[in-house]
Amino acid sequence: MKLLKNLMKEFTFVFGVSIFLLVLGIAFLSPLFINVDAETRIGMPYMPPSADMWLGTDHLGIDMLSLIIEGLRASLYVGLLTGVIATLLGTFLGIYSGFVGGWVDEFINMITNLFITIPYFIVLILISSALKEGRSLELIAVIIGIHTWTWTARSVRAEASSIKSSDHINLAKLNGAGSITIVFKHILPYLASYVFMVFIIQVVTGILMEATISMIGLGPYDSVSLGIIMENAMKYEALGDGAWWAFIPAVILITFIAFSLYTLNTSLEGVFNPRLRKE
Amino acid sequence: MFKKRPILKYILSKGLWYLFTFFATVTIVFILPRLGGANPVDIIMGKVASGLSSEAAQKKEEAYLKEFNLVKTDKDGRIIRDESGAPVKTSVFKQYFNYLCMTIRFDFGTSFLYYPKKVKEIMADAIIWDFFLQVPAIVLGWILGNILGALAAYKRGVFDKVLFPASLFISSIPFFAFGLLLLFIFAIVWPIFPSAGGYAENIIPSFSWDFLSSLGFHYTLPFLSIFLVIIGDYSIGMRSMGIYELGTDYIKYAKSLGIKEFTIMWYVFRNGLLPQLAGVAILLGQIIGGALVAEIIFSYPGLGTTILHAIQGNDYSLIQGTSIVVAIMILIANFSVDILIGIFDPRVRAGIKGV
Repeated sequence: MKLLKNLMKEFTFVFGVSIFLLVLGIAFLSPLFINVDAETRIGMPYMPPSADMWLGTDHLGIDMLSLIIEGLRASLYVGLLTGVIATLLGTFLGIYSGFVGGWVDEFINMITNLFITIPYFIVLILISSALKEGRSLELIAVIIGIHTWTWTARSVRAEASSIKSSDHINLAKLNGAGSITIVFKHILPYLASYVFMVFIIQVVTGILMEATISMIGLGPYDSVSLGIIMENAMKYEALGDGAWWAFIPAVILITFIAFSLYTLNTSLEGVFNPRLRKE
Repeated sequence: MFKKRPILKYILSKGLWYLFTFFATVTIVFILPRLGGANPVDIIMGKVASGLSSEAAQKKEEAYLKEFNLVKTDKDGRIIRDESGAPVKTSVFKQYFNYLCMTIRFDFGTSFLYYPKKVKEIMADAIIWDFFLQVPAIVLGWILGNILGALAAYKRGVFDKVLFPASLFISSIPFFAFGLLLLFIFAIVWPIFPSAGGYAENIIPSFSWDFLSSLGFHYTLPFLSIFLVIIGDYSIGMRSMGIYELGTDYIKYAKSLGIKEFTIMWYVFRNGLLPQLAGVAILLGQIIGGALVAEIIFSYPGLGTTILHAIQGNDYSLIQGTSIVVAIMILIANFSVDILIGIFDPRVRAGIKGV
């Protein structure tokens, strides 16, 4: 409770949370008020916004507002999935290598370094172009998650190995606690805030990377994401036609998501990390 | 021999590590496409077996199979086929060995899209554009971002209040989204810059004023879309680093000694630079990947656009070639940053183990 109180005092935290809640609201509450239909053609291609169609139509004549809502949901879903995969893998392997040490540590360290240097971009292009038919939203999230877990692993490992030799861990060992108990009861709680902050960054990364590969035509085949909307706008000359409504809303939303989550992350850092706290 | 030259030792060990990473990457480029359902090797193999492609396409496909030594051939270079007419595959190890040899010779085969042009030639044309676009945009953006961040940390007040939220906002905009906005505002709504290409189509490349000014005009928007986002990114990191450094004892001591403001700021800046370099090293792959996509938005004639065309045209040899070259670009960039870290890091200079 005290933590929450501290957080509410931070202007940036309140600001970040409000924007993010607004984005969530657009994605999940809007269907209560408007009819979301991202499949039926309701007008001519690239019709400008009007009272009936708040954001006009896309290159096929489909309601842009519905597409944006669907796309927003898909993008948030990819981000969440990426974040969960990367955080689970990274935390587990990071704690293991930091706490257990030895050759397992060396090995995981090498893999981590390798993943950091091998460009994710290449891996995505190669996998995605080999999987022409089955490139689903989930698969893309898995590919990104498998690539970004190394960030979590790296930082968790550093934290875990610094906690390893602290007094309370030694006490627990003296008391005869097993490794699993120590990890879950005495190490994880210390890392929780840290892991959560990296999780937020992973979510943003997932959303942005999905949009990036959608822009080069390797996005999901089965759903509309914010990246796909922007790709279509590029591909079907929305810019040349001056159809700003076909891509500006997607650009704004993706920026808002990233901005709000980054601000959230910085403000959490300020609260969790006493060094940065204002005097 | 290395005891007296810790930096040389550091560079050599890093170099070996990158050589290893290079081979790992090249192997991954070989394995990954062979895992998927739309495996290009099988697809082309199937096409050659069925013989349904047009004559021109068939020529390309057979050339591809022979070039990468994927099928067995007889003395005259004809593909050996089994009873059903399907070509006889060579073993995966032989394929891999041949691929490795070709890669080391920088031979990436012949393109499908631009047949009979070599992949190597296509990429050589494209990579010059990337070099002059990305290197200045990333390096200058990083330097200016760090200076602004250090200033914001030191001055605080109004300067910080304006700069910090602005940087945070700009750095949240992904490269491609920022590129879309720039393109729409400055090339379409208010057309002061061209919307596509590296130079105007009606000018023949030469050292004339017309050509150079056209180059500059086409350069501005792609450059800004990368440069500004990088400034935003790194000014934020430097700012928090600077605020932390300013609270440390050595700065308080320096202040109490009455050392000049500028000198203190230089101390803060120098100490913040090392973690900032380490930060850029981890993200280089992402930055270069993002910058390649930014290029696509402006149809800039670099590797990003080449990759897009290769993917759209199912040009497998070009996809493979560009993948390896982008990987090499990122590895070289990473290696350079690591060397810089080695030069600046006092721990490396002192030859302390475990760095």
